[in-house]
Amino acid sequence: MQVRFNDVTMAYGDKAVLQNINFTIPEGKLVSILGPSGCGKSTTLMLISGLTFPSNGQIYFGDKEVTKQDAVKRKVGMVFQNYALYPHLSVLENIMFPLKMEKVPKKQRRERAMELATLVQIEDHVDKKPKQLSGGQQQRVAIARALAKEPSILLMDEPLSNLDARLRIEMREEIHRIQQETGVTTVFVTHDQEEALSISDEVMVLNEGAIQQNSDPITLYRKPKNRFVAQFLGTPVINTIDTVAHPEVLDRLALPENTKRTVTMIGLRAEDLVTTTNQNEALFEGTVSHVARVGKDVTVHIKNQYQEVVATDLGVIPQEETDIYLTAQMKDIHLFDQNGETVEFEAVALA
Amino acid sequence: MMEKPTLKSSLKSLFYIAPMLLIVGTFNLYPIVQSFLMSLYQDYNIFTGEVGGYGFSNFVEILQDPKFILAIRNTFIFVLGVVPISIVISLTIAVLLTKIEALSSFFRSIYFLPFVTSTVAISIVWSWIYHSRFGLLNYGLGLLGVAPIEFLEDPDYAMLALVIMAVWKGLGFNIILFLVGLNNIDANYYSAAKIDGAKGFQRFTNITVPLLGPTIFLVSVMGVINSFKVFDEVFALFQSRPGPAGSAMTVVYYIFQKFYQENQYAVAAAAGIVLFLIILVVTLIQMGFNKKFVHY
Repeated sequence: MQVRFNDVTMAYGDKAVLQNINFTIPEGKLVSILGPSGCGKSTTLMLISGLTFPSNGQIYFGDKEVTKQDAVKRKVGMVFQNYALYPHLSVLENIMFPLKMEKVPKKQRRERAMELATLVQIEDHVDKKPKQLSGGQQQRVAIARALAKEPSILLMDEPLSNLDARLRIEMREEIHRIQQETGVTTVFVTHDQEEALSISDEVMVLNEGAIQQNSDPITLYRKPKNRFVAQFLGTPVINTIDTVAHPEVLDRLALPENTKRTVTMIGLRAEDLVTTTNQNEALFEGTVSHVARVGKDVTVHIKNQYQEVVATDLGVIPQEETDIYLTAQMKDIHLFDQNGETVEFEAVALA
Repeated sequence: MMEKPTLKSSLKSLFYIAPMLLIVGTFNLYPIVQSFLMSLYQDYNIFTGEVGGYGFSNFVEILQDPKFILAIRNTFIFVLGVVPISIVISLTIAVLLTKIEALSSFFRSIYFLPFVTSTVAISIVWSWIYHSRFGLLNYGLGLLGVAPIEFLEDPDYAMLALVIMAVWKGLGFNIILFLVGLNNIDANYYSAAKIDGAKGFQRFTNITVPLLGPTIFLVSVMGVINSFKVFDEVFALFQSRPGPAGSAMTVVYYIFQKFYQENQYAVAAAAGIVLFLIILVVTLIQMGFNKKFVHY
């Protein structure tokens, strides 16, 4: 089912955690809410679930307003960060619990729970207690339980943060598969950009209680709406050059004069940097301070007296201690104004 | 650091625990062994301390004594009355206390008062509450149109009066234990249960009660053992008599009577052994149920 927030504000005392949030989560999609700690992403999830209520604004499921309904009535499925599996019940009983609350006959309950156990591939462990399972298995049980009552919306609160790195990638794919198979509208909260970008249809970036950008993962990375999104996404972090302190950089860019006046900073992704021999093209000049090789990845750190930049995709790996010029194609350059908003531009011929 | 157990290290550790062993040995172990032996004394002369012989005649005597049979019966009634009622009421109050935000520590103190008040003082207050002519309880019953009941004088009501008072007295301590248990239940389980569609009372029966299993078990075992040992409530409530016409006689009261009032030490010891066996068996049965109570 579609979820819509209309001007939702959530405040604890004087402190607003969410400020006038508006968004729509389309039906049947997997949407991630991404942001740093304390940005209000878990609060957003709690508001959808009905475990907390907004201070202001309305929440709609489809066409129906559910703002005042509590969690018992909203009937969403939810996977908690620590799974919150009932320790006194076996795996099967955990999965059956929501059905038991709906007073589904016992036989049907068992059948449905076994189906779900098979879906999440936990059918060999149904008689165990949660404590006897590994983190990944508990995760699977939690997903099965959340899906048991066939919810129209599935919520996941940092479901992968308690797993080790390898298992995280495995479960990430599992969540994607299960979402595809069931087609349930899924909201997935995470602080890990890789998780969000790899499995979501859409990503909503939150910071300080406000939506920064809401778009598909590729647009999010290629066309960040502001400096926060540009810096939050991507490893290594995007290189930024302050054009107020270094106005000569702007002169080397093919930009209209009025655009140049608004720009205060440019952003260059590490993989977009290329070396050049022409100093007049150089957006950054410095000395190679360090070349780090991790497996197939080579990261080059280039330093001058003001700052350091990082490049990952230089064709020819320069020697340490050599001086090089770096530039990038116009389409790969991000421009930001003094408020940190992205400046749209059309390249012109260099004068 | 773990050392390998050698003769030398064992002797050394024995030396460390020697003071405690001495105290426990003198005041716990020695009397236990002595009372076992004493229960087997026959033809015991209390003036010279001479023992005529050993045998089971004391046990035969008490098992044929109708007063002892009554004492056992009353003690069981007391245990079966006090423990379940006390658990239900104190759990209810504890849950309510977690729900209210204002004044919760005030109410907590109020409910804890009975525990820190002496049994004698409580019994005196309750004997006034139970008073057939001036008592608060009979005043209340009078408002409901019930004729005054002589709680402390009528043998049929003596046990009831005792049970009510004991339940009230035990509330405070049980409530504290339940509050601790309730605080240990992760709030996430309640959130999950709400999401899973469990309404208020379903959350109580499906989450609170099973997760409180260990606490309920602890409270019931302690309650059972303490209730089997009931004495001071009887002594104080009925003005140092075992109830009207001996109707509130309990096992410990019987032991007390035999030992201090009739100087039949051997018989008292035998009754003590019987009580010990009863408590042992009941506790073992409860331990057997432990698995059912404690789920994880």
